[in-house]
Amino acid sequence: MKTRPMMLALAVAAAIAAPAAMAEGSTADGIAQYRAMLAEGNPAELWELAGEDIWKEKAGPKQASLEQCDLGKGPGVVKGASAALPRYFKDTDRVQDLESRLMTCMQTLQGISPDNFVKGKWGKGEMEKMEQIVAYVVGQSRDMKINVDMSSPQMKKMYALGKKAFFYRAGPMDFACSTCHGEDGKRIRLQDLPNLTKHEGAAAGWGSWPAYRVSNGQFWTMQHRLNDCYRQQRFPEPIYGSDVTIALSVYMAKTANGGTVMTPGIKR
Amino acid sequence: MGNPMRIRAAASDGVTEVKVLMNHEMETGQRKDSSGNLIPAHFITELNAKHGDKVVLQAEFGPSVSKNPFLSFKFKGGAKGEKVVISWVDNKGDSRSDEATIG
Amino acid sequence: MDQLRRNTLKAGSGLSLFSLLVAAGMVKPGVAEAAWSKAAFEAKKMDAALSALGAGSPAESAEVQLTAPDIAENGAVVPVGVVSNLPDTEEVAILVEKNPNMLAARFMLPAGTEAAVQTRIKMGQTSDVYAVVKAGGKYYMAKKEIKVTLGGCGG
Repeated sequence: MKTRPMMLALAVAAAIAAPAAMAEGSTADGIAQYRAMLAEGNPAELWELAGEDIWKEKAGPKQASLEQCDLGKGPGVVKGASAALPRYFKDTDRVQDLESRLMTCMQTLQGISPDNFVKGKWGKGEMEKMEQIVAYVVGQSRDMKINVDMSSPQMKKMYALGKKAFFYRAGPMDFACSTCHGEDGKRIRLQDLPNLTKHEGAAAGWGSWPAYRVSNGQFWTMQHRLNDCYRQQRFPEPIYGSDVTIALSVYMAKTANGGTVMTPGIKR
Repeated sequence: MGNPMRIRAAASDGVTEVKVLMNHEMETGQRKDSSGNLIPAHFITELNAKHGDKVVLQAEFGPSVSKNPFLSFKFKGGAKGEKVVISWVDNKGDSRSDEATIG
Repeated sequence: MDQLRRNTLKAGSGLSLFSLLVAAGMVKPGVAEAAWSKAAFEAKKMDAALSALGAGSPAESAEVQLTAPDIAENGAVVPVGVVSNLPDTEEVAILVEKNPNMLAARFMLPAGTEAAVQTRIKMGQTSDVYAVVKAGGKYYMAKKEIKVTLGGCGG
């Protein structure tokens, strides 16, 4: 007897589920159409344009450009560099992502202190220039294959750390990255959340950040994206360029390996 | 002095297609800042496009054109190597002009 | 004098028609702005905006096509394209019925420019969007409802 209201509730739920699913389908089509229309003419190109100039400009106490910066493919080689990042660099004896590597170049070549970024604000001062350079560099790997070299023990160690960080539950909501990004079919409002534990989802997520966000007209780097994920989980935000963020990038990039670089992306 | 535009112009079958991304806040004048003060309107009001000496498009914008405006249009004529010049002026009297080579 | 000098310097760095005219003293910034269709852009009612454009009550025409998504994920950026197949199309205007000011943009098309423009606009909420076209001295229109899941005017 006690089960009857429950049965009724289930029947009602089933009855309303069908049309709801249909509406969801057409909404998804509409959103896909919207995104396709936006893809042409991504304002991130304005950041790319500025970044290309900054790359070649003399700056910092040493009045040098970044043209001798080695992003892993030799000094000054930008083409295809970000498709193969993060990677292990012998000179710093660290695994570095694009942004931490750029900090190294700015410090050694130009004399620009990492404090400008670690203590900086998104979109302001040196950080704004960092964002523009990032846009330029990632644009130079557009349409290439994601291809991170996992052969070194240092990369394997970072991958293991990244995986651990991805599933690490903590904070006032007992959240982990995997809470939202560890299963298929999750979403926040109308945002589909990629399952970053699988190749397809990781390629979609890792492959389309950094990106221009139409909601605020800002360009977000990967470090900014990850920090905001931590903020949303109510974790303290990681220090710019710190190992946990690089480790998470290695975890995503390895899972995405073979996918296509679509950066800079455009997001709602 | 405004920031640079991104202009792409491509000629095909006697028609030149121009795509422009402008660098501008396009502030509506209806938003408030964190202290509750109205942020003054700041937006591109007029734009023109020239192919050589010929004006190929004139436009007027209001504040409801999106931030970092995108514009695409087509005109007859134009050949590879020729120039297209886009100029805008905003409601504060700032202006910007950039050119692109038709590819 | 200083002002003139400053303007001249500013114009020297660009080829802007406006800034050249400003520099030459032929146009003051304020006057340049007067060419902007203030009454049409500041109108808060559809019929007032249309009449300020000189469009009156445009007739709906299948020859005017408004290309836009059915749903905009973010009202801050809604891609909109207008194509007119009417001969002698000389002007295109895009209006949003439920925005605080209806008129978003107006395009004047000299002979030789195709009646096909695309831009992106802000929408505060779900609304009909109008493409108004002037062709052969007469006005025509097309409209489409665009659903907005997140308003684009609040920032």
